[in-house]
Amino acid sequence: MNDFLLFAAGFILLTVAAGLFRVLRGPGDADRMMAAQLLGTGGIASLLLIASATTVAGVEDVALGLALLAAFASVAFVNGVATDDEQPQEAGGK
Amino acid sequence: MSVLQILDVGLALLVLAVAVWTIAAREIFGAVVAYVAYGLLLAIVWIRLFAPDVALTEAAIGSGVTGILLVTSGARLKSAGKASAAAKPGLSLHLSAAALSLLAATALAGVILALPEPSPTLAPEARQELAATGLGNPVTAVLIAWRSFDTMLEKIVLLLAVVGVWSVASDRFWGGAPAPLGRANPQGALLLLEQTLVPLGILVGVHIFWVGANAPGGAFQAGAILAAMWMIVMIARASEPPRVNSLWLRLALISGPAVFIVAGLAGIGMAGNFFAYPDGFAKPIILFIEAFMLLTIAATLPVLVAGPPRRSFGP
Amino acid sequence: MNFALDLFSIAAIAAGAFFFFAGSVGLLRFPDSLTRLHALSKADNLGLGLVVLGLLPRVGSLLDALKLLAIWALVLLSGAASAQLIGRALRRRGGDE
Repeated sequence: MNDFLLFAAGFILLTVAAGLFRVLRGPGDADRMMAAQLLGTGGIASLLLIASATTVAGVEDVALGLALLAAFASVAFVNGVATDDEQPQEAGGK
Repeated sequence: MSVLQILDVGLALLVLAVAVWTIAAREIFGAVVAYVAYGLLLAIVWIRLFAPDVALTEAAIGSGVTGILLVTSGARLKSAGKASAAAKPGLSLHLSAAALSLLAATALAGVILALPEPSPTLAPEARQELAATGLGNPVTAVLIAWRSFDTMLEKIVLLLAVVGVWSVASDRFWGGAPAPLGRANPQGALLLLEQTLVPLGILVGVHIFWVGANAPGGAFQAGAILAAMWMIVMIARASEPPRVNSLWLRLALISGPAVFIVAGLAGIGMAGNFFAYPDGFAKPIILFIEAFMLLTIAATLPVLVAGPPRRSFGP
Repeated sequence: MNFALDLFSIAAIAAGAFFFFAGSVGLLRFPDSLTRLHALSKADNLGLGLVVLGLLPRVGSLLDALKLLAIWALVLLSGAASAQLIGRALRRRGGDE
């Protein structure tokens, strides 16, 4: 059973890492964000699977932290991309 | 080879590949996304090394503060870069940077390969003395009880970083507030996150702080999570970055190290040594110190991201 | 009973892994950003949900089970919100490919 869990973890990690290829290719920044988002969720899934197979204590809290901040990365990305064309009142800080 | 070994090798190769991509990427945003992905993979590596405390730190810092710090700097570099396109680094600078990085990497690899087998460790002693602190998590005991001076200095380094960021402010804005973190009209989805995710996040942050005494967690990880939550609130424009001369902000910034130093000095009188805790009271004192460090970390990281003051009048 | 639970875990986790696989394929193969976003949200919501479902019989305590469900709920919330944010960002830029 443990081997199955590890196999599933590896498989998920591999597939979402293949999705990372989108980060390489883009073409848009939104595609890169999506790849990161997918890696985040896949990472949480593999983390839980690996932890269940190797019995590490406290992994639920790590996954909880990751799940909490999964949206934060997207928020930061979207917000950061937005500042590209629309500077939020930059008062010339020379 | 067992499934676990194959998984480990695959994970290591994946981390290396993403690391190489982060360096090789020509586009700032792609590099930042790859770097955030790299941090997430590292968190999984730390779980494989049975170090959930470090994994939690990596998760909280890597997918929280690092991402927004790098994206914001990238965007500012881009808007500043149009003016200074002529000052692009030449080939010689590239080559010397590569040579220096290679040298550092080789030296590190050499040191790690030269470690004696089995490597020297204080872990058994730490586990033996753990009961004296009243804590259940040896990592917290090392950080706040046995190497407390280091931990206190780390918080002072954070303060120095804030001083560094503030010191690039121009004179006429000094005492004012940094530019707002978010756009003028926040979208509905952002408001939803601000109203639902942030309360949950504060709950999770406090939980991770509290369990840190006995299980993986602690002030730093919890502080990073709370910092991320405060930044969501600021990006949704429900609050603005505080003025740099606001009293409560400055109190929050120094409260961690200040309480730490006072507790350390009190140790001379109560337990006969600087940073010693009296018998039986170690745990409450440690939690007391950690609570203020939590405040300091949660306040410092968003202040670093918000940057120097750019407006002379606060919101 | 244990065998049946294991079987349940295997089925749910395998189904979850399939959704991650499908999501990645969609992300790589779909022609434009909005359809890719659609593929991503399936993987996010169903993939992790099924993995969590499969792990539920294996947890030690009720608290751990609740934490697993909370992780899924948080990812659902984050996934929905980020899909909105990314979709809006795409529309603002006129839907570049």
